[in-house]
Amino acid sequence: MLTLSEYEEGLRSGKLLGLRCASCGGVTCHPMPVCQWCGGRSLERTKLSGAGELTTFTVIRVPSEGFEGEVPYIPCLVKTEEGPCVVGRLDYDAERATQAAQELLGKRVRMSGAYTYKGDKFSGGAHSCPVFEVTE
Amino acid sequence: MRDVAIIGVGHTKFGRAKTKKGLELFSEAALQAVDDAGVELKDVEALFQGSALPGFEEGQVMPAAFSAGELGLSPVPATRYEGACASASIAVREAAMWVAAGEFDVVLAGGVERALTMGTLFATRTFSMACHAPTEGPAGLTFPGVFGMAALQYSKNYGVPLEELREKMALVSVKNHRQGALNPLAQFYGKMGDLKVEEVVNSRFVADPLTLLDCCPFSDGAAALVLCSAEEARKYTDEPVFVLGTGQGSGGALSKMAGGDLTKPASRVSSARMAFKRAGLEPSEIDVLELHDCFTIAELIALEGMGFFGWGEAADATADGQTERDGKIPVNASGGLLGRGHPIGATGASQVYWVVKQMRGEAPKGIQIDPVPEYGMTDTLGGDFGTLCHLILGRSKRRK
Ligand SMILES: [Zn+2]
Repeated sequence: MLTLSEYEEGLRSGKLLGLRCASCGGVTCHPMPVCQWCGGRSLERTKLSGAGELTTFTVIRVPSEGFEGEVPYIPCLVKTEEGPCVVGRLDYDAERATQAAQELLGKRVRMSGAYTYKGDKFSGGAHSCPVFEVTE
Repeated sequence: MRDVAIIGVGHTKFGRAKTKKGLELFSEAALQAVDDAGVELKDVEALFQGSALPGFEEGQVMPAAFSAGELGLSPVPATRYEGACASASIAVREAAMWVAAGEFDVVLAGGVERALTMGTLFATRTFSMACHAPTEGPAGLTFPGVFGMAALQYSKNYGVPLEELREKMALVSVKNHRQGALNPLAQFYGKMGDLKVEEVVNSRFVADPLTLLDCCPFSDGAAALVLCSAEEARKYTDEPVFVLGTGQGSGGALSKMAGGDLTKPASRVSSARMAFKRAGLEPSEIDVLELHDCFTIAELIALEGMGFFGWGEAADATADGQTERDGKIPVNASGGLLGRGHPIGATGASQVYWVVKQMRGEAPKGIQIDPVPEYGMTDTLGGDFGTLCHLILGRSKRRK
């Protein structure tokens, strides 16, 4: 059992937590009530390595209200070495990312911490996502 | 199930609603549709209204009940449908289902949004609520961001240098703005009709690699339709347009998309296949297509997901002119979301409006397809592939 709140707490203490399926062995991350690969419901908490591959990213220059002070910043999609993809932030220079966009895709990355958005009146409190750095 | 026809259509001017509230915009489109159909308001047995964000725009939830009230329809059932940018399409689909099921004979369906008046910062915040809030919220994803990510993947998947892909994407903006400039109801009527590829590519980045001119605008507007059972349709009009097939699909968080590939959303593939199957038609038989070009790359991805082109082939097909008004498959001849505007909760009904206008031969000069199309289709996307809806329309009833 792993709630979304516990998943986020894990991120803030530097851990990428997920669920391992007793039926297929697959790892689900972020946590869901069923295995994301086979729908199995016998799931046990596991810790992912935080290593993976940069699947894609973007550089946000026109933000949502609440993110004005942060532009430019880089949301990314990472395929972890355990299998599941996660959405997070990429810790990388925005202008370099724009120049070298295609070369960055597929690079090895590793979770280096968490980003916590303080939240607004719609978000039901603060929320965290993993931050990744390029390791090659 | 009974056959269903669209017998009346209405559409406000898209852009900035200087004086009208959401209720008034929807009423304007609804009255046009009722008058166009030649039905009386008292004949309307139910109302199906798409609206994505009225609570944030005007502090109004439950807008469908108040629309029924303003139109004097109450106490008939009136329901709001919300599937982000696909809200109106799922409302129209539900309306068609209820009529097909025999519950109602004559209904009103459509949608409304007032997003331009919210301003870019707040509108972007509320639109991003259609992302998976727990994981995509803190990452600060926006919709241009999601499609920027998809564009980068597209370039990688098919080995297209990014600069080359950006120019091909820009051709979508050039095409749809050319068409939108000819559409009197479009947000950009008379504007940007001679947009150049360089202008799109060189406008400022919103979310890499998408520039401002790769993105549709925020818009206010409404569109509405009158649907009725096919056996009743000839009572009201000589030119009913029949609903031949519909489809709907859903998707979860972006990170759960198969293989992390944003260019091949299963929600769209499944929804489109459902609609084609119900209609007994194939992509090659469609003569007019209004699809969800919220961003230039979105048009390419949509064409492939629906099966109009193979994976990775839509960019070259676009560059080859195959999606022009006189091409193999005319796409967004009305201007699409890029040129016509995108009042999100109204967009699906607007797409149907323009397909119906094409099938009646009533589209404006420069937009009307020649010869008059026999079969048409709409594609509407809500969220980051969370809700997909397709409608296939025809000038004659289902074959079977
Ligand atoms: Zn499993």
